[in-house]
This record gives sequence, structure tokens and C-alpha cells, in this order.
Amino acid sequence: MSMNTTPKQTSHLKREILVRLIKAYLSEDFAENTRLIPYAMRPKGSEVPYRCCIHKERAILRDRTVAGLGMSIEEADDSELLSTLAHKALEREIPEEDPLTVLTTACKGCVPSRIYVTDLCQGCVARPCVNTCKFGAISIQNGKSVIDPEKCKNCGMCVQVCPYHAITKIIVPCENACPVGAIAKGDDGHAKIDFEKCISCGKCVAACPFGAVHEKSQIIDILKNIKSGKKVIAMLAPATMGQLPCTPAQLKEAILELGFKDVYEVAQGADVTTKTEAKEFEERLEAGAEFMTTSCCAGYNELVEKHIPEMKPYRSTTKTPLYYTAEIVKKDYPDAVTVFFSPCNAKRKEAMQNPNVNFVLNYEELGAWFIALGIQVGECKESEFKTQASAEGRNYAVTGGVAKAVQTMLPEHLPAYPVIINGLDKQSIKDLKKYAKNGVCELGNLIEVMACPGGCLGGNGTVNAYKQALKQLSGYVDKSEHLVDEN
Amino acid sequence: MDKKVNVKVCLGTTCFVMGSANLQELIELVPKKYGDRVDVSGVPCLGLCSIDWEFSKAPYVKVNDDVVKEATVEKVLAAIESHLK
Repeated sequence: MSMNTTPKQTSHLKREILVRLIKAYLSEDFAENTRLIPYAMRPKGSEVPYRCCIHKERAILRDRTVAGLGMSIEEADDSELLSTLAHKALEREIPEEDPLTVLTTACKGCVPSRIYVTDLCQGCVARPCVNTCKFGAISIQNGKSVIDPEKCKNCGMCVQVCPYHAITKIIVPCENACPVGAIAKGDDGHAKIDFEKCISCGKCVAACPFGAVHEKSQIIDILKNIKSGKKVIAMLAPATMGQLPCTPAQLKEAILELGFKDVYEVAQGADVTTKTEAKEFEERLEAGAEFMTTSCCAGYNELVEKHIPEMKPYRSTTKTPLYYTAEIVKKDYPDAVTVFFSPCNAKRKEAMQNPNVNFVLNYEELGAWFIALGIQVGECKESEFKTQASAEGRNYAVTGGVAKAVQTMLPEHLPAYPVIINGLDKQSIKDLKKYAKNGVCELGNLIEVMACPGGCLGGNGTVNAYKQALKQLSGYVDKSEHLVDEN
Repeated sequence: MDKKVNVKVCLGTTCFVMGSANLQELIELVPKKYGDRVDVSGVPCLGLCSIDWEFSKAPYVKVNDDVVKEATVEKVLAAIESHLK
């Protein structure tokens, strides 16, 4: 189970570019200073830490900056200067639709997924690999097993039977991480995302050791709206608390310093979700339903739409915490431009489908913004939220938290038996398909699905280590009031 | 008398975002490994990131008076070892 615990140089690079991009935007000459980012990061004569030469380093940094500008790297014309693209980014009114983009020049270093016989092959007499291969792909040449790539179907049977563990499957990390087979290396050796299949979960972003998969940032759009004097309102996902070294009330103050007019906790909307979903669960069970799944995770929702449509009747029709929060904000400020502070990429997709949510900012981008402005969040004064959300709503970011919240709102005669899907992978998707097909789940009646292991705190756009983030968030939850059922 | 090593992990905003969030495990790991020979703590901004573009070399960790730039758990442990010698 990967939970964003390994510090990565790729994150360091991506965050450095974001800081430089924000500094460029706030400078006298945005376009020119954007153009200079690759040169500032790799000035003449500097070390070449990762690639073959300084020119390739700069070229790749340039492409990363394109993603920072919110544009598709695949579609950007290589001959266009970053300064030209910076101008184009400023002209855009709405963000590009597909939220991910692949930096193919960074992705070349990775060999296609295949089965490989290592030097450990002893050329044994038993030859279980030859005997077990259904496709006749293995033969012995010069005393060692050799795989014919034309015949090999990558089934992995030989890997399992070799007594010396001499045969191994070479993995492409993005392909391996994707739970729905939406990313694959094509014949040209470049990874490509099939957006018809992609559920935007962001697992490939976190998995790629070359940092080749990028989220298209909306940071420029947000900066632009703030600069033009619009009423930009921040909506903080429950996972936001515990991402930075400060209290939630200090974080609110720090965000106001960035130029936001007001700050809401999405946990406030989670309280609406909890009550609505508990009511819906009650009604469904009384009508004889076998089970219901939650509906707050954007990655899961896209999975249902694209891969398990037969699950739709069992998925709660209750809206997400973000939906209800954005509705409240628009009521309070009809002319608001709203920004969702998100732990993951999938919410970018949800936001695009909701007219009340204009932009999405993840915690890497938020952190970069604080760095660019030199804001010490731990030194900010405390600014309390106007509406205090409940402990249950604030705990939505943790796996099991949503089911637990719904449970507290149920009458005694209708107990929920939660089934927790703690992260989407090939196995859990198989399980979900089975529940949907059979119309029954043997393990319980309330299925909570979170695309990321650990819940939203394990999202691909987070900054804090999982364990520490959980500790910080739990401290906040423990200090909060419990949700009360007014009915 | 054994030498005592003092480790300060910067938890200022810049260092935290650039990677010291992942160095917090040192605060648990180091005492287990070295007992009271090494004193480790998370500290507010050390002020090293604010000069020019030095944010890009964050996170910073101080091992006695030595500054570890772009610190990782491995780099800090290596620095502690060299100070204990």
C-alpha cells in the first residue's frame, strides 16, 4: 500500500517550478520570467543531476513549466517560447478539460513492461518455465531460458514456477499503479493516457519515478482572478487540515493573506452529506435494498460512470461535501469565484462538472504559493471559521470516516454494517463489480469507497507525510463538537 | 565523555513543503537508534531559505553547526554518523 510516504526528488522539482512560476506571475514581467525558469534552475555551467546534458535538463524543465501553466505538454508546440505560452495561459477563461498531461521526453527512460530472464537462470534440467508456458514462448539457447517476445503474452506463469526466482516481470510503474488500465506505453515508448478510461485518481502521478505525469495546474487562473479584484473564495477539503505546520485557524489567516476574500471548511458541506446520506440509507434499507455505496470520492464516481455503470443504482445519490459547500458559498457571495483546495487530481474533474466550483488548487500548489510570498504559516494569527463543522465532517478525509459519520446519524433499529474500500486497485474494483452484478454484498450494507489508500490524506496532491497528517487532523477532530441530528 | 550531537529539523513553511514533512520521522527514528547521544527536534524557520533563491535548496537540517541542504533521511543520518566519530 503506497501512501505518499516516500520523499521524492520529482516532487521537489515540481514544487520548485510552481514557486518560480508564482514568483514570475507576481513580478514585473510574467512572460519573460517564465521563459527564464529552466535557465534559472540550470544556469550555464551548473551540475547536471539527472539527464544526459544541461540542454535536456532545461528542455524537460520547460515542459514541466508548461504543465504548471495549465497546458497539455503533448499538444504544446515545442517551438513556442514559454513566454508565448504564458501569454496564452493568461487569455484562458476556463481550465483545459483533461486534468493530466504526460511529459513524454521524461518517460523514455522506462522499458516496456515484459517478462525477463535474468542471469540467475541456472539452465536447469527440470525446465518448469518451458513446460509451464502455454504459448511456447520459452526455449533453451546456450543452456539458458530465452523468451520469444513475439509469442510471450506477459502472463507471468514462468515467473511463478522458476525455482531460482530467475525470471522477473519488468514493471512500468504508471501502468502498474493505474487501477483501470488507462495509461500504457505505446509502440513509440511513450506513456499515453486514454481519457475515455481514465478516472483521474492521480495514482500514476504519484507512481512515476521520473515525475513524467503532471497535473495541469490552475494556479495562474486563480492568481489572475485574485489580481483582477474578483471575490475569490477558498473552500478547504477536510484533508487540508494537517497538511501544513500550523493550526487550521492559522491556515485560514494565511490563505486570507494570499488574497482570498473568505475561507470555508468543506467539512461544513460534509455535514450536509452525512445527514442526507443517512436519510437516503434509511429509506433504501426500509425499501428492501441490500446495500448502498457512498458517493463522495470523485475517483470512485468516475470509476462507476466509466467502468461499473451497473453500480449506479446502488450508489448514493447524495451530493459530495464540495457540492453542498459551493452551494452555501454561492448563496453567501453570489458573485464569488470559488476555489477548492484539494488533496487529489480527481476533484479537478468533479469541479469541471459543477458550475459552482471554478478552480482547484492542490496542497503542493498551496505550499508553493506560501513559499513564493514568504508566508510563515506557523506565525500567522488565528482566524476562526465562521461556521464550525462537526468532528464527523472533519474526519471525512480519513478512510472509514464517511461510513462512521453516516452511522452516527442512523436510528437504532437500522444499524449499518460498513464495508471499507481503502483504496481502489484491480482487486477492489473486481469486488465492487461483483457486488453490483449480484446486487448483494456479503460483508455488509454500507460500502464506503475511497480511491486512495488511507483516504483523502493519501491523495496525490498532498504535502505532509501520511502518519503526521493523520496525527494533526485527528487532533483537530478530537477538539470538534459532534454532529447533532435536529430531527 | 561521548560527543553529543544536536539535530534541528527545520519545520518552517518552505522547508516543510519542500520535503521536511517527510523528515519528521527522524524525530522518532533518531532517539531509537542513538539514544541520548543525539538530540533531535523540529524547529521553526531557521532562516536559511529566505536568502535569494535558496528556497530551492530546502529542506534544511542543522547537525550541530553544519547545514544539510536538500536534506533527506539518509543524508541526515550520514551527517550524524560523521559527527559521532
